Amino acid sequence: MSEASLTGSREAADAPREADQPHDSLVAHFGDRPLRLDAGVELSPFQIAYKTYGRLNAARSNAVLICHALTGDQHVASVHPVTKKAGWWETMVGPGRPIDTERYFVICPNVVGACMGTTGPSSTDPKTGKPWGLDFPVITIRDMVRAQAMLLDHLGIESLFTVAGGSMGGMQVLQWAASYPERVFSALPIACATRHSAQNIAFHEVGRQAIMADPEWRGGRYLLENTNPRRGLAVARMGAHITYLSDAALHRKFGRKFQDRANPTFSFDADFEVESYLRHQGISFVERFDANSYLYLTRAMDYFDLAADHDGVLAKAFHRTPTRFCVISFTSDWLFPTPESRAIVQALNAASARVSFAEIVTDKGHDAFLLDEPELFAIVRGFLDGAGKARGLGSES
Amino acid sequence: MSTLSRADIDVSATGIARAAGGARVDLVLVAEMVERGAKVLDVGCGDGELLRILSETRDVDGRGIELSREGVNECVAKGLAVIQGDADTDLGNYPDDAFDYVILSQTLQATRQPRVVLEHMLRIGRHAVVSFPNFGHWQVRLQLLFAGHMPRTDMLPFSWYDTPNIHHCTIKDFRQLCTAVGVRMEKAVALNAWGSPLRLNAPWWFWNLFGEQAVFLLSRRD
Repeated sequence: MSEASLTGSREAADAPREADQPHDSLVAHFGDRPLRLDAGVELSPFQIAYKTYGRLNAARSNAVLICHALTGDQHVASVHPVTKKAGWWETMVGPGRPIDTERYFVICPNVVGACMGTTGPSSTDPKTGKPWGLDFPVITIRDMVRAQAMLLDHLGIESLFTVAGGSMGGMQVLQWAASYPERVFSALPIACATRHSAQNIAFHEVGRQAIMADPEWRGGRYLLENTNPRRGLAVARMGAHITYLSDAALHRKFGRKFQDRANPTFSFDADFEVESYLRHQGISFVERFDANSYLYLTRAMDYFDLAADHDGVLAKAFHRTPTRFCVISFTSDWLFPTPESRAIVQALNAASARVSFAEIVTDKGHDAFLLDEPELFAIVRGFLDGAGKARGLGSES
Repeated sequence: MSTLSRADIDVSATGIARAAGGARVDLVLVAEMVERGAKVLDVGCGDGELLRILSETRDVDGRGIELSREGVNECVAKGLAVIQGDADTDLGNYPDDAFDYVILSQTLQATRQPRVVLEHMLRIGRHAVVSFPNFGHWQVRLQLLFAGHMPRTDMLPFSWYDTPNIHHCTIKDFRQLCTAVGVRMEKAVALNAWGSPLRLNAPWWFWNLFGEQAVFLLSRRD
């Protein structure tokens, strides 16, 4: 079953791609203002695809920036135009949700390097009229944040009420607080770290090698050659997906149960439910994600090391920060385990920052930040209520 | 024996009245020792009750450390700036003079190194406020003397085998620790078993015998 779907021809090869003309999104074009990249080059022109929810108040003080994770996008609280599935954080963002779109003006941009409408390797390079491919410059978390700051300038928003995100989104939150402390009233870095660990870099490298080992990758020129490294990208996703779960969650969900059969087939079919589940995860992922974007975004995470940008002293990144922080981790997250969050908290304490830190008990692993976790919602709600009072929000909403 | 003045704190009317309103008397006493608008760290903040009182009645910029995950998550959900941490291991992460007051409310006896904790408190903050159950209280003494078992009282409800309290002390012991560490005792209050403050002009031995708990305001001897 996986064979057919993994080698199937690319649908609608001639139609405008989501990367250039995103559906159900707003697009900000930066034609004459280049994005200065850490790699030492400038990206120009470029565009940012984003979604907004709720209304900006008269004082422009209720804007919330949501930063998405590695494979996320701008469709945080509305139906995804490709998969037709619900927004990736609808449990957290929406009317009456902890990040309440009836109180806050929520902005969620697609990051630079991604494939849902913000300029990335699958976008068309205006200089050549062809997809960037591997000619796209390597980008960093700081580049993503710099681009988002330009988007806020474009929208006329000087200061954010809060910046929130999990995983790679949490890295952007920390970078925001470090780069633009005066623009960030409060920050919610969830299930993240100030640097990517060796183990996480190693997992990413396995994913990248799986993509590059697919003959259809064609040295990154698959869009030009009308192929698609589906198998490689699916394998990368399968491997990564395991790291988002936990041993306990996998056992609870699948155990050693067989898939639609009573006995093993003595073959390499997906006998076990867990195999079938992972294959499905891989296949559905390639329908909505670009292989080169996966290379670039994993690289951006690998390069992230906030302390290294501040003489190796993390506390310096937050020196005299006015931002209120709420750091959250999950007990079964082994991708970004609690000690990583504790290191953030220690640095913030050393910087005399106003910080809350909660660890939530769950067996759902790293993905817990995206799932139905009532304690997570209560904590985010409480933190934002407190910050809202300090910001003078609420009276007008 | 010390420069301590026990006559300059008003614990009579307001404290007890508010205590009747729901807040624990010892928390109200602690809150009254804190200047308005101060920056405060509450070590072992539990469910955040003291931080709430402090922010509502003293307008402080309050932070908390709490060991139990349930306590922390409850505090954060209330909008308080609280982190999960341990007084014995995590106070070292804070820089000097980060706070005006560092508070240790009913937690001293549960720390592994009370002296080190006290020293850290007065490094991080200009002042420290410490409240603790007095192990010299007559009920405690009588239980050990006549009943022959480890004391169990309203303040100390645990059995010896499951108590978190590993470093009990008396009011006298605590004053000796303060002298040894070289801190200035600015104010002190002892409460009897009914939560009322003892007479201020009573001698120390009287406090040590009839005070069920005590609250001390300390500062650095610069």
